[in-house]
Amino acid sequence: MKTSKPESIVEDKVVSAPASDAEIGRMNSTIAIEVDDHDHKPSGITRWLYSTNHKDIGTLYLWFSFIMFLTGGAMAMIIRAELFQPGLQLVEPQFFNQMTTVHGLIMVFGAVMPAFTGLANWMIPMMIGAPDMALPRMNNLSFWILPFAFLILLASLFTEGGGPDFGWTFYAPLSTTYAPDSTALFVFSVHIMGISSIMGAINVIVTIVNMRAPGMTWFKLPMFVWTWLITAFLLIAVMPVLAGAVTMVLTDKYFGTSFFDAAGGGDPVMFQHIFWFFGHPEVYIMILPSFGIISAIIPAFSGKKLFGYHSMVYATCSIALLSFLVWAHHMFTTGMPVFAELFFMYCTMLIAVPTGVKVFNWVATMWRGAMTFETPMLFAIAFIILFTIGGLSGLMLAIVPADFQYHDTYFVVAHFHYVLVSGAVFSIMAAAYYWLPKWTGHMYDHRLSLWHFWCSMISVNLLFFPMHFLGLAGMPRRIPDYAIQFADINQIVSIGGFAFGLSQLIFLWVVIKCIRGGERVGEKPWERADGLEWTVPSPAPHHTFSTPPKLD
Amino acid sequence: MKNERILFWQSISFSGVFLTSSACAESSQYNLPVGVTDISQQVYDLHMLIFYICCVIAIIVFGVMFYSMFYHRKSRGAVAANFHESTKVEIVWTVIPILILVLMAIPATKTLVAMEDTSQSDLTIKITGSQWKWHYSYFGEDVEFFSLLSTSQEEIEGNEVKGENYLLEVDNPLVLPINRKVRFLMTSDDVIHSWWVPDFAVKKDTIPGFINEAWTKIEEPGIYRGQCAELCGRAHGFMPVVVQALTEENYERWLNDKKLEIAQAKREATASLSASLSLDELMDAGQKIYLDRCAVCHQAEGGGIPGAFPAITGSKIATGDTSSHIDIVVNGRAGTAMQAFANQLTDKEIASVVTYQRNGLGNQVGDLVQASDVNSFKASKEE
Repeated sequence: MKTSKPESIVEDKVVSAPASDAEIGRMNSTIAIEVDDHDHKPSGITRWLYSTNHKDIGTLYLWFSFIMFLTGGAMAMIIRAELFQPGLQLVEPQFFNQMTTVHGLIMVFGAVMPAFTGLANWMIPMMIGAPDMALPRMNNLSFWILPFAFLILLASLFTEGGGPDFGWTFYAPLSTTYAPDSTALFVFSVHIMGISSIMGAINVIVTIVNMRAPGMTWFKLPMFVWTWLITAFLLIAVMPVLAGAVTMVLTDKYFGTSFFDAAGGGDPVMFQHIFWFFGHPEVYIMILPSFGIISAIIPAFSGKKLFGYHSMVYATCSIALLSFLVWAHHMFTTGMPVFAELFFMYCTMLIAVPTGVKVFNWVATMWRGAMTFETPMLFAIAFIILFTIGGLSGLMLAIVPADFQYHDTYFVVAHFHYVLVSGAVFSIMAAAYYWLPKWTGHMYDHRLSLWHFWCSMISVNLLFFPMHFLGLAGMPRRIPDYAIQFADINQIVSIGGFAFGLSQLIFLWVVIKCIRGGERVGEKPWERADGLEWTVPSPAPHHTFSTPPKLD
Repeated sequence: MKNERILFWQSISFSGVFLTSSACAESSQYNLPVGVTDISQQVYDLHMLIFYICCVIAIIVFGVMFYSMFYHRKSRGAVAANFHESTKVEIVWTVIPILILVLMAIPATKTLVAMEDTSQSDLTIKITGSQWKWHYSYFGEDVEFFSLLSTSQEEIEGNEVKGENYLLEVDNPLVLPINRKVRFLMTSDDVIHSWWVPDFAVKKDTIPGFINEAWTKIEEPGIYRGQCAELCGRAHGFMPVVVQALTEENYERWLNDKKLEIAQAKREATASLSASLSLDELMDAGQKIYLDRCAVCHQAEGGGIPGAFPAITGSKIATGDTSSHIDIVVNGRAGTAMQAFANQLTDKEIASVVTYQRNGLGNQVGDLVQASDVNSFKASKEE
């Protein structure tokens, strides 16, 4: 099923760099091997276990992230089932808290981040004309420790006293003195996730800096590569901070330290400062690659070049820098000095400016284009609209006096699900549809993909839009039971939740169907798409750009 | 044309969402409350102002988007233009948002500065959060009490019809006078909680070992309800805040009655020291207290939650010598969720709950603990 086309076809389409005799010799022998032994990869399970191939590892990441997406989604279904009506019906409050906590951790660290790493693995080398990631063995390691991290986390749910129940933000001292016995498992699993992310980030940076094809100058990089480069720097900057926070939680709980215990001279609020110094850039880690995806898809289906490429790059950089200056807007109710509240309010409002620039640039790209509306484009347009709604509610949350009312209510839950689900997750769906033909060599089932889009689109709004009203009406987040005036809206939200969850099974169906067969596509299924990835055959052969392409 | 149909439905669904949102924003049930203080009014106005600005931005941006989705699509024969850069335009859409933000920041800053000015208060209340109740202490008045959820377990489990104020009702509400500036000092005994009354626009975290300040000046008598807003463990959803605002005369009257009530309770506590209750009396009283105060962690049947909260049934402490049993109830255990009940329960109540734990919940130690035992235990510790 893998490529039957010899590597030489690639060579036809891409102008080869002038090569020395030795290189030509090597190239010929590569072609010989390709022809003789197709992709020259191990068979069976060892192909995946030992893989150092960026495409295989990318596939692993993507499947892992989808499995985690369904796992975390199942937990969300439990939450929504309990909240379907007032009263305690299905689960214990303790278990409810474990579900909200682990749902958050899995979706952030298990679904969204690995999906982006998977896309980076698959696409970055092909986009910059590199044969593979710079550090292929580390690439293998950074993926294969991930399943163990999540096995540890999920296993902790089955220990006596249950798994982590202190929210994914694990505020001390709820996560130290008052935490269940399994907290050490939570800490170790977060450590492993962090190590994996850092290795992934190092790999991305080294690849982009060192392995660009000749002529692939900085301002020729596709936006996806740019945004991932900046994301990778953010990851390296903040994952160690998270590691520090969980380590202090560990020693506070088990080794008698008092980092976050006032009785021993510590400070519980310091925990929140440390956590959010990680947590806020983390928010941008989960959205910057989305910006890159959208910046690839909108031009491809508008038939125009991306409007304001340079300002997009600068906007991404300034978002990344500002993301280090706004962390305490998650903590306005902790009782900071007025000066600090004002500083963080102004900085947070400021971040709306580069974010706005991005949205305006996308709209300007569509303006006077010649648009078509294939499924990737539909998801990308939905992303722009719904992410903007999430961004605007974020602006409302930045206003400190109003935040006092919104904070820790369903208004916040609505806000961050708009940016993370109909934002980040929709962009991942858009990316999957955009590149599935490249990955599999087949076009996806158009009709099914439209079902997936419209079911997701309607249900995601049914799920998250009414949450704004719940929050404004006064429903706190993270409660297993609620006052009766919230009953009607919660019912709507739960129905939306079940519908959204089921809609994702359509996606699974589309993907499996597309892998197994379908209309064969050429190297460039989207006629107006731009980029080196469309110069290699579909499905992309196991090895691409063994000889770097030459750009003008 | 398929694409046209898609676009049609897309625009219908979005106008639907927006119309619903603005309709709901108007009806107060699904919006922030205007509240009953000057500050809450300001916050509400600020909220609506930003909301409308956001709506205008959304309508403009989405309007342009939908316009080009209708008119600039290939199926209509649109031909793509070639422009893709304009520094002028980039500057315009950087500067205009900054101006809008400055306009938003000015009223926000004013309101915030007013909210954080706790000076010149008429009255100070100390609020202490603990798992899962509030403690209110009136400074200079020698009045203090706990405030616990009063919704019954039966209602929560669905065996009884849920009342009007389900989960938003307490045994002892915080009583405050109107038209006086009340300063709150907030702290916590265990984890972080957050004291929130939407009608006052006051939400502040209570943090163990630190004291936060907030204030309010209520303008109308009434009962105002809120909830703990910061995840604080198992019963986080069962920790409501209820404030009863009275006119100044009624407040003074209430305060005097409360003082008398507290003095009466003290006399009764002293009297109980010389009383000797029977096993049945202690068990009955103890069971009620156990279900109210202990069962949330140790469970109604005494089995606890393994790994999180220890069982009472068969526990070494509940079946061992009485003094260590009294000790853990009176003083709690540092570094765990077991809190000290010395100031929460009277000696008589502690005596009955200890007796109940030793002779109920599957334990059969057979001894009785009287209020005097608890009192002498406390006295021996003070020496």
